Amino acid sequence: MIHFVLLISRQGKVRLTKWYSPYTQKERTKVIRELSGMILTRGPKLCNFVEWRGYKVVYKRYASLYFCMCIDQEDNELEVLEIIHHFVEILDRYFGSVCELDLIFNFHKAYYILDELVIAGELQESSKKTVARLIAAQDSLVEAAKEEASSLSNIIAQATK
Amino acid sequence: MNPFSSGTRLRDMIRAIRACKTAAEERGVVRKECAAIRASISENDPDYRHRNLAKLMFIHMLGYPTHFGQMECLKLIASPGFPEKRIGYLGLMLLLDERQEVLMLVTNSIKQDLNHTNQYIVGLALCALGNICSAEMARDLAPEVERLLQFRDPNIRKKAALCSIRIIKKVPDLAENFVNPVAALLKEKHHGVLITGVQLCADLCKVSTEALEYFRKKCTDGLVKVLKDVANSPYAPEYDISGISDPFLHIRLLKVLRVLGQGDADASDSMNDILAQVATKTESNKNAGNAILYECVETIMNIEDNGGLRVLAINILGRFLSNRDNNIRYVALNMLMRAIAVDSKAVQRHRATILECVKDSDPSIRKRALDLVYLLVNETNVKPLTKELTEHLEVSDPEFKGDLTAKICSIVEKFSPEKIWYIDQMLKVLSEAGNYVKDEVWHALIVVITNASDLHGYAVRSLYRAVQKARDQETLFRVAVWCIGEYGEMLVNNFGRLDMEEPATVTELDAVDVLETSIKIHSCDLTSQAMCLIALLKLSSRFPSCSQRINNIIGQYKGSFVLELQQRAIEFNSIIERHQNMRSSLAERMPVLDEATFSGRRAGSVPAAVSTSQGVSVNLPNGSAKLSTAHVADLLDLSLDDAPAPSSSGGEFLQDLLGVNLMPVSLQPDANQAQKSGSDVLLDLLSIGTPPAQSSPSTPQVLSSNTDNRSPLDILDRLSTPSAPSAQVSSTGGNSSMLDLLNGLPSSPPTSEGNGPAHSSVTAFESSSLRLTFNISKQPGNPQMTLIDGSFTNKSRDVFTNFIFQAAVPKFLQLQLDPASGNTLPANGNGSITQKLRITNSQHGKKALVMRIRISYKVNNKDVLEEGQVSNFPRDL
Repeated sequence: MIHFVLLISRQGKVRLTKWYSPYTQKERTKVIRELSGMILTRGPKLCNFVEWRGYKVVYKRYASLYFCMCIDQEDNELEVLEIIHHFVEILDRYFGSVCELDLIFNFHKAYYILDELVIAGELQESSKKTVARLIAAQDSLVEAAKEEASSLSNIIAQATK
Repeated sequence: MNPFSSGTRLRDMIRAIRACKTAAEERGVVRKECAAIRASISENDPDYRHRNLAKLMFIHMLGYPTHFGQMECLKLIASPGFPEKRIGYLGLMLLLDERQEVLMLVTNSIKQDLNHTNQYIVGLALCALGNICSAEMARDLAPEVERLLQFRDPNIRKKAALCSIRIIKKVPDLAENFVNPVAALLKEKHHGVLITGVQLCADLCKVSTEALEYFRKKCTDGLVKVLKDVANSPYAPEYDISGISDPFLHIRLLKVLRVLGQGDADASDSMNDILAQVATKTESNKNAGNAILYECVETIMNIEDNGGLRVLAINILGRFLSNRDNNIRYVALNMLMRAIAVDSKAVQRHRATILECVKDSDPSIRKRALDLVYLLVNETNVKPLTKELTEHLEVSDPEFKGDLTAKICSIVEKFSPEKIWYIDQMLKVLSEAGNYVKDEVWHALIVVITNASDLHGYAVRSLYRAVQKARDQETLFRVAVWCIGEYGEMLVNNFGRLDMEEPATVTELDAVDVLETSIKIHSCDLTSQAMCLIALLKLSSRFPSCSQRINNIIGQYKGSFVLELQQRAIEFNSIIERHQNMRSSLAERMPVLDEATFSGRRAGSVPAAVSTSQGVSVNLPNGSAKLSTAHVADLLDLSLDDAPAPSSSGGEFLQDLLGVNLMPVSLQPDANQAQKSGSDVLLDLLSIGTPPAQSSPSTPQVLSSNTDNRSPLDILDRLSTPSAPSAQVSSTGGNSSMLDLLNGLPSSPPTSEGNGPAHSSVTAFESSSLRLTFNISKQPGNPQMTLIDGSFTNKSRDVFTNFIFQAAVPKFLQLQLDPASGNTLPANGNGSITQKLRITNSQHGKKALVMRIRISYKVNNKDVLEEGQVSNFPRDL
């Protein structure tokens, strides 16, 4: 089971956090501090796993961002690397060659994508296409509601002119 | 204003925060934003709710408190439109967790949304429920989720399946409701549903044995077939990852087969073929393929035995181990550790490669490899493996040394074939990484050395050589000092030299030199210095020719600011100078330490800080001193126990003088007896065992040399504690040192020399665990001044540490508080802390003394604070 997902920039800034196990706000801050200290300092050639408090943290660096997932001792580390890559590919497809700035200004979009990929710390969908389709469908629902609202306000504006 | 155009303003805020150059600036921006959001929330404006929450989520991610936005999430979730619900649920998952009570308020909204006609809204609700639901919510909403497992759209079915995992983890009793719907999910074709359904199946098997039995019987063959289909499926671009069709599904299927096959030969048998196929046919040049192989190996190792498959699995691990990719090597080590229980011989074959991994530059790999090597050690390979590890100790990173040292020590202790090898290996470790060695390890080494009587000489000579080379290793130094003290003569006369040993010529002076230079090294800590002093005392008896020089060295510490060292120095000094006749018996070699007692004590949870002395208490030759209290559990006590039981009361006092609390309380009457018979207690004390005629001149000499330190006072204070505080204490004029001595000795006869009135003692404070007694006396010629000797006694069964006494007095009084005699108060009244107070009463004769006190200490690591007021002072102070 994935206990949490962290996206940390090379400077140690948090870009996304998702907790599937309960941690208090205090613990969360501590976890992030501890792990960014451990992971950001590791050399490039070392393996992508660190052992931490009886768990394993699998991380992978993409450009300036570290994607980290914390899993149980008996989970498959290599698979989690694939899950991370899967997530990155979907982000890349959605934003069109994703960069850190996309994830900063559209952080909520990144969360929506993660929610289509992982629930309760378990993988939900292995098809990138399906995830993209579901996100697009929900985005268009939002767009439709926006348009409806703006046309409604136009009508009201005209009526009250 | 368009309610959904919050994007621009959110962007502005993010830009503003990113533009901040300092943390303070960022805090300012966030504070302003939060204030605006709060204002907007209190206006209850629905148009901005959406945007406010988005902003709050960003602020939350930066680590600022956002609890005030929690209710906004609930409002958004309760609103009808999809956009509001979408951001509302996101906020709910981000800002809340299952332990917040607010979460219960959302149960009803989620329930409605689970029944919504819009499937995307159902999806949102399922996602939120799956990520943060509490046990209570799980119970309430389980029927809805169960129903959604049969929903028409597969994307809802897969979400419902993962949501069910959370539910059965929170409430395992609900597992049985999910068994039948899951069996249906396992027959689906949609990969998302299959992946989640298989995962749910595996989790159900973990929480319920009935579910396990059911799935094993009904679904094993079906799942084997699904795996066959996936493994043999033609190229499908949607699921393809580096040439493998849906590795995620592969892995989950292998996982569930492992659960089903474990402990069931028939089920295991039915999956052998497909496992063999996966193990042989999967491409291993990409990570995805290796992930599947890794999972497959684990399944093969866990299901019921099939020799052929296991060979296959171990071979795969062997290939992994020689892979150049660090990730692959890491998982190989990880898996070999689990395989060792199944087939340790096969794992032993890879020993050389694993040892190489211990030396890897990657700490994760090193740690795994070291754990594995530790499991691989047995009687036959302990020597080469230990050799490799100790050699590596020299070059390893400092942060790895601690782990490595602990493992080597543990291996050596567990498997050492002979004592000489044990001593050699420990010496190597101590010289290389002595500062990483735990106390119990070097204590154990001393125990082993004392038990190997034929190796005493060898050990002390090796230690002597080692300590010359590696002076900075504290623990090595301690062991060496101890052995030089005990076996010094063997160091010099090459006693019991072994054939392979190099002949060495060490003179008596050399031996003393080592101790002298070491004790002076700045880095030498208190324990080591104290051990040095004891070793010197012992050497003074072993090497009579060096006695004078040793006495000089010890003499330098008589003025030490560290009480422990000063006390030892003064005591040893007087032993060397005045008590030649008993020195040799005092400095005799310690009896052999009992290994069984020591290891038994280590196995128990006795803190390691207490040194070996307790272990020896059982086989004391004289049995006079029961070390039940072990207040001063250091080696000095041991050396004293070693001495033949003294018969004269002077001798008993000597023991008290040196080992303070070792004497059983029953000796006290003797002391009183001695007093009553008219002899001067004080003289007796200081003139240990010598005829009174000679003692008289020596007394002032001792006293005068000690006037500026508190050592004798302390000895007497501690001496006095086991007996009840006596009613009358005399005060003598002038010499404050003398006064202190007598105050500290409550059993001294009441004298009435007329130098001011004598006052009684008062129990100033008494609680269930603590008693404070004030012995009050007056300074002659200064009626305003009152001298108080506070004495604390611990009535409970636990030791008090960090003991601090504070007192406050009204303005008309002036209080002067001297430092306390210690900060640790032994249990059961076995000793006390004393502290002197001096009070000047400016309203003498008009107002009585009064005082507020506050006592704080730690017991069992808990802080305790006791307070009280003392108003029962005699009136005329």
